[in-house]
Amino acid sequence: MKIHEYQAKQILSRFGVKVPRGQVAKTVEHAVEVARELGGTVVIKAQIHAGGRGKGGGVKVARDLEQAEEHASQILGMNLVTPQTGPEGKRVNQALVEEGLNIEKEFYLGIVIDRGSGLPVFMASREGGMEIEEVARKNPKLILKEFINPFLGLQGFQARRLCFGLELDSPIVNKAVPFMTSLYRAFEASDASLAEINPLVLTREGEIYALDAKMNIDDNALYRHGDVREMRDLDEEDPLEVEASRYGLNYIKLNGNVGCMVNGAGLAMATMDIIKLAGGNPANFLDVGGGANVDQVRNAFKILMSDASVRAVLINIFGGIMRCDVVAEGVVQAAREIGVQLPVVVRLEGTNVEKGREILNHSGLNFQVAMGMADAAKKVVQLAGA
Amino acid sequence: MSILVDQKTRLLVQGITGREGSFHTEQCRAYGTKVVAGVTPGKGGTLHQGVPVFNTVEEAVRQEGANASMVFVPPQFCADAIMESVDANIDLIVCITEGIPVMDMVRVAHFMDGRRTRLIGPNCPGIISPGKCKIGIMPGHIHKEGRVGCVSRSGTLTYEAVGQLTSRGIGQTTCIGIGGDPIIGTSFIDALKLFNRDPDTDAVVLIGEIGGSAEEEAAAYIKRFFKKPVVGFIAGQTAPPGRRMGHAGAIISQGSGTAQEKMEKMKKAGIRVVASPAEIGDAVMEVLAK
Repeated sequence: MKIHEYQAKQILSRFGVKVPRGQVAKTVEHAVEVARELGGTVVIKAQIHAGGRGKGGGVKVARDLEQAEEHASQILGMNLVTPQTGPEGKRVNQALVEEGLNIEKEFYLGIVIDRGSGLPVFMASREGGMEIEEVARKNPKLILKEFINPFLGLQGFQARRLCFGLELDSPIVNKAVPFMTSLYRAFEASDASLAEINPLVLTREGEIYALDAKMNIDDNALYRHGDVREMRDLDEEDPLEVEASRYGLNYIKLNGNVGCMVNGAGLAMATMDIIKLAGGNPANFLDVGGGANVDQVRNAFKILMSDASVRAVLINIFGGIMRCDVVAEGVVQAAREIGVQLPVVVRLEGTNVEKGREILNHSGLNFQVAMGMADAAKKVVQLAGA
Repeated sequence: MSILVDQKTRLLVQGITGREGSFHTEQCRAYGTKVVAGVTPGKGGTLHQGVPVFNTVEEAVRQEGANASMVFVPPQFCADAIMESVDANIDLIVCITEGIPVMDMVRVAHFMDGRRTRLIGPNCPGIISPGKCKIGIMPGHIHKEGRVGCVSRSGTLTYEAVGQLTSRGIGQTTCIGIGGDPIIGTSFIDALKLFNRDPDTDAVVLIGEIGGSAEEEAAAYIKRFFKKPVVGFIAGQTAPPGRRMGHAGAIISQGSGTAQEKMEKMKKAGIRVVASPAEIGDAVMEVLAK
């Protein structure tokens, strides 16, 4: 789950990570109010779930209250287009108003789970403020890494090694080490899959701050973080995806016109791939779950029908332990209840497949029964194109 | 022959009294798997489907000689269940459960370091040596005894591939679903090493998906050491970057882990890579005929 910068900073500051003073605002009046309380120069930052906000005009410095009002009214409600939002952009509903800092130097800190070693890895770089992927591509040596023992956490010597690697002066090291240890504790305690401070800034006064913060939380661990669960911002998600998640369906909207309903994530991806190979474009990824029962099929139909761009539907179910005749009956029942008008191609495989196909053929519904994935893809692409 | 599981496997089921655990225990037994014990804390001393239930894994191992465990414990308690079996020195753990927090698996992986136990999964369909032993949720009847090994990060997509093989008369030595999570026990390379040594495996089907670099690492291993033909497929050629495609581990992050780069590396390693999932069966026929 993604959370906003201001939410990440709330979590981090609870663990003792130093962040600039500030507050999130939804209205221009509130933003100006916050700016007044902070006094002096403030920074107004659009809160959306995408990076590159500065490039799209979503981050602005205000020297006084008049400027603060001007920038806040520009940012709040704007459609922010960044390299990560796609050309359609995202509407800004909230802005973080923070004290301005006298920045001396910028660094990068980040923690992720390294899949290869199966360990959390703490990364640091002097190339702060840049995209770390860019640094990794061009000069991976500029990224320092410490692998963390999951039972012990980030040790002092590891944090010191990172600090000296960043060429920090000794008095700063004494502040940076607890900063890093706190960051790791926040990462671990929140079950984050990513915690990134980019940039970490050193001020002219010799203090260090998390100027920006990004955290992603492991969805599988949300059950033990009620406070984080409440940070979910539905405005940042596709409405159909939100609805699908209510039904416990794994659904991701794409740009094509062939709706897909498949059991299993791998087979669902493979189905999208074969639609593309047949010359079509998948409208979505949708995993109805291994069992593919009537309720889930009904819900899946509802979601697919709500996507106006869908012209034809491909149902690809590998029966497995769930018998094909049961799946077929479920599909027919769900299609009747929903009143499915679109052409539907069904491909069933597994136990009792003959019986399943018979049920579909005699349903009187607009079904085409396919033999194998290639045939199914060809048929549905034709129907979607017509 | 086959790898990891056969007639000598004596299975215990952790979470045997739960709905899923109970159903699939029945299915495994119907296939011929020797299920010797179940473990559900607090239900020790009872029988479930005629199978003795114990409070602890250690007891089940001591009394029934279990050497493999199938885990159906809910995700919140799953790391603990796996570690209990590791502690009891079980040879093989097959964890079916989906939805275990990544940090829990990081700790489990670290706990297992240097121990003798092998873990398959989590978030996987399990492992089957057709005609001998099935540990998992895959439909047994689509398999057939034979000489092709399968290793995959997926569930139903593996059934699809196996279905294509069986319908062409090609049987399998062993099929392993290694799981769709970012942190898993047995890797592609671990499975490939076993298939490489198995005299009865003539070829291998490797099914990967977007995310991580396990397929690239497998390709590098295959190029250097693997002696048998490999047919490969990568799911997610059309997946958008930055989105998790159902499996926790199936995500293209920061431009890496794409299907295209995996397929490229696999081709370079001499793997017969098919672009369409419908071509897996025919490609295996081709490599076997050579």
